[in-house]
Amino acid sequence: MNMTVSPRKKLIVIGNGMAGMRTVEEILLRAPGMFDITVFGAEPQPNYDRIMLSPLLAGEKSFEQIVLNSYEWYDANGIDLIAGEHVDWIDREHKTVRGAKGTQRSYDILLLATGSNPFTLPLPGVNRPGVMTFRSAADVEEMLGIAAPGKKAVVIGGGLLGLEAAHGLNLRGMEVSVVHLMPTLMERQLDASAAHLLEQKLSLRGMNIHTSANTECFLGEDADSSVNAVLLKDGTCIEADLVVMAVGIRPNAGLARAVGLACERGVVVDDYMRTSDPAIYAIGECVEHNKQCYGLVAPIWDMAKVAADHITGMAQTSFTPVTTGTRLKVSGIEMFSAGDFLGGQGAEDVVFRDAARGIYKRLVLRDEKLVGVVCFGDARDAGWYFQLLKDQKKLGTLRETMIFGQAPSLTDPAEAIACLPDGAEICGCNGVTKGTICTAIAEHGLKSVDDVRTRTKASASCGSCTNLVEGLLKLSIGTEFGAATVKSMCKCTIHGHDEVRRHIKDDSLKTIPAVMQALEWRTPNGCASCRPALNFYLLAAWPGDYVDDAQSRFVNERMHANIQKDGTYSVIPRMWGGTTTAGELRAIADVVDKFNIPTVKITGGQRVDMLGVRKEDLRAVWQDLNAAGLVSGHGYGKALRTVKTCVGSEWCRFGTQDSTSMGIALEKATWGSWHPHKVKLAVSGCPRNCAEATIKDFGVVATEAGWDLHIGGNGGIKVRATDLLCKVTTDADVMEYACAFLQLYRMEARYLERTAPWIERVGLKYVQEKIVDNSELRKSLCADFLYAQTFAQTDPWAEESACNTRGKKYDAMAELV
Amino acid sequence: MDGMNNVKNIIDIGALEDIAPLGARTVTTTFGDIAIFRTADDDVFALLDECPHKQGPLSQGIVHGTSVTCPLHNWVISLQSGEAQGLDVGCTPRFTVKVEAGRVLLSLP
Repeated sequence: MNMTVSPRKKLIVIGNGMAGMRTVEEILLRAPGMFDITVFGAEPQPNYDRIMLSPLLAGEKSFEQIVLNSYEWYDANGIDLIAGEHVDWIDREHKTVRGAKGTQRSYDILLLATGSNPFTLPLPGVNRPGVMTFRSAADVEEMLGIAAPGKKAVVIGGGLLGLEAAHGLNLRGMEVSVVHLMPTLMERQLDASAAHLLEQKLSLRGMNIHTSANTECFLGEDADSSVNAVLLKDGTCIEADLVVMAVGIRPNAGLARAVGLACERGVVVDDYMRTSDPAIYAIGECVEHNKQCYGLVAPIWDMAKVAADHITGMAQTSFTPVTTGTRLKVSGIEMFSAGDFLGGQGAEDVVFRDAARGIYKRLVLRDEKLVGVVCFGDARDAGWYFQLLKDQKKLGTLRETMIFGQAPSLTDPAEAIACLPDGAEICGCNGVTKGTICTAIAEHGLKSVDDVRTRTKASASCGSCTNLVEGLLKLSIGTEFGAATVKSMCKCTIHGHDEVRRHIKDDSLKTIPAVMQALEWRTPNGCASCRPALNFYLLAAWPGDYVDDAQSRFVNERMHANIQKDGTYSVIPRMWGGTTTAGELRAIADVVDKFNIPTVKITGGQRVDMLGVRKEDLRAVWQDLNAAGLVSGHGYGKALRTVKTCVGSEWCRFGTQDSTSMGIALEKATWGSWHPHKVKLAVSGCPRNCAEATIKDFGVVATEAGWDLHIGGNGGIKVRATDLLCKVTTDADVMEYACAFLQLYRMEARYLERTAPWIERVGLKYVQEKIVDNSELRKSLCADFLYAQTFAQTDPWAEESACNTRGKKYDAMAELV
Repeated sequence: MDGMNNVKNIIDIGALEDIAPLGARTVTTTFGDIAIFRTADDDVFALLDECPHKQGPLSQGIVHGTSVTCPLHNWVISLQSGEAQGLDVGCTPRFTVKVEAGRVLLSLP
């Protein structure tokens, strides 16, 4: 026991969530060392970002990525964290608190940050296993325990949280139904038109949306068994393996009420965040201020500042709620709303619709000022509208053009950022303006996004403004940014991807151990994240020289087949330009019969996928396929995948060029090449674009005059249409541009970065300068690519079948049964 | 199923060279497939070839230090204890294995 008497005052925080820890951070910022701080948290984890539970559910983030304050942070700041114990009593007279496990502590100042509880519908069957809420990391874990492709989920509540849960479960492959009480989705954030577009978009993703739907009860086999269906009042019965209730939250004020603090819906606080007991402050979702409760993060950050000012006695600020905007965190759906978006009497609407692109924007004006905004399908100007809304200035001539966005002529994102006024809000979650960020960069010599995060909190919550912050860094410190800033590859090193690649080339590092030695790796042999990246970088840097390290390949690239969830593999032979022959199909049919392959499926890339092949059979399957002339399709690799084509002028009455032959030629030239991520090509024979070339990494579309070359498309989670690289006239041009483009991508993109985000990062102009404007560079890139191909174009299936030492890995080492 | 106690059989399952450094091979047994891992320092470890998460084949993962990353969902499993690392929770049964004179000897309970 520590016998020295601490002169410091004791601060206890009840609640280890975002609101409580933000207040602690604000207090430490103002007066480090003023308090001995103890934090009680009911959840067993450190403080994590509750806003990011949806991406956690969707599998877009890991738990580690959403932790806000690690255990090290508590240690470093001398905070005593008591996680996993909720506080069940406060003795206000003796100023002590008592935990459920018996821990007792005394306080000088107490801060309640107990948050809120999800509202549970009091309906029959609500206690069945499988019926849950969506509020904590534990909830997400429970959902993921049930979630599986093909299983059915019902989400009750079509508000912000419910739809994010539905989206996450949908991405996990579940069949999702959304049951919403009101006639339109997200009625608190969207008007009917936008809600309708949202409903359409979600339905297209396979969700079943039931609006004006009232839940009757949750059904199961017998009284105590798991839920298997949701019955609606109108008699509709929806099958369910999992039911998620997201019908709202209510302040968790139980403890405060029990110990006699003034409470209404929440713990009543004054403008200084003080409760009816002057030694007790409260903050966050558990409080009620001026009859208003809060669930969004921006006003809560304001509360944290005010509470910290008063707890430390540093300033006499007051909490005044500001207008907040809402975004939906569903990838691929852009949506923003703020203010009085429904308008009504005395209000004037300015509306813009683009049906083809699914865009709807509505600005609500009153007295020539902007009072409300809804954007759907295109929320690029949301920040600007929000600023106008908060400024409350007369719009004047802006009124005529504002619906088209801030600056319709500015297509370069860097210029657009430069044009923002200093007061423009960059980070909506934390209310950080451009001016604050730029000042911080200048005053503290900030060099990286992480620096900006630590100093200003910008992009520290949901992270959707990271690009803007990067833009501001570039604007402020120019070229210094790229060099000094980038995130490290993984925890094994302090170096970023680009830096490592530069060293590999400049220092002639030619093996993984050499890189790790020279760049002072912190781990003996890296990890599953950096080793595959290094293996690729070395392969790309030293063609013909570097010996591929099989143990640094992800299983699929080591086994030359795609691992499935049951540990079997799928096998996809190459079909040049999507063409095949009777002989090839016969060989495939024979292989399927001979090896009892359970599923045969046509892929999106115009090939045949054989699924469920046992590891031990792989080599024999390949031998039979090889005998018919079929080779590996690399459907498992960060490599050139398919070249999709339409039939083109050979058969099609609309075709203008022979797209099939062009596709075959491209595939013959590019197969076998390794890349930072998978690469897909397509060739369409006319602008009708049946080969969907405009969502491919490199797309070729025939015109009467020649070929249009498109780059950076993606049809995955985040759909991105290609950018037009240029137009060319001859077949030889297509080949040269394609090879040069692929080489530039291989040499400059970071591992696991597809062409779409790479182009968004470096800009189309950059790629055009290298590939289109500079013919010398184009020719040399093309030559480099073709040189590397002389080493890459060997069929791995033939190699693995022939080599006995390599072949060992497909068989058991010993059989003891 | 932890094979650290009550060892009955010690079986020679092959040569150390049969496993690539930082690689793994499997052994078929009545307990199911057992994955035999070889580290960069030529230590060997044996775990049931099933990730505690979704039963992914750990033998197909990337070996680093004395851990393996499952190929299905990137759980990191300690080769020494069979325990999931980081915030994931779960444990894979382990078996006793050693190398003598270049031969890999597996003990089964």
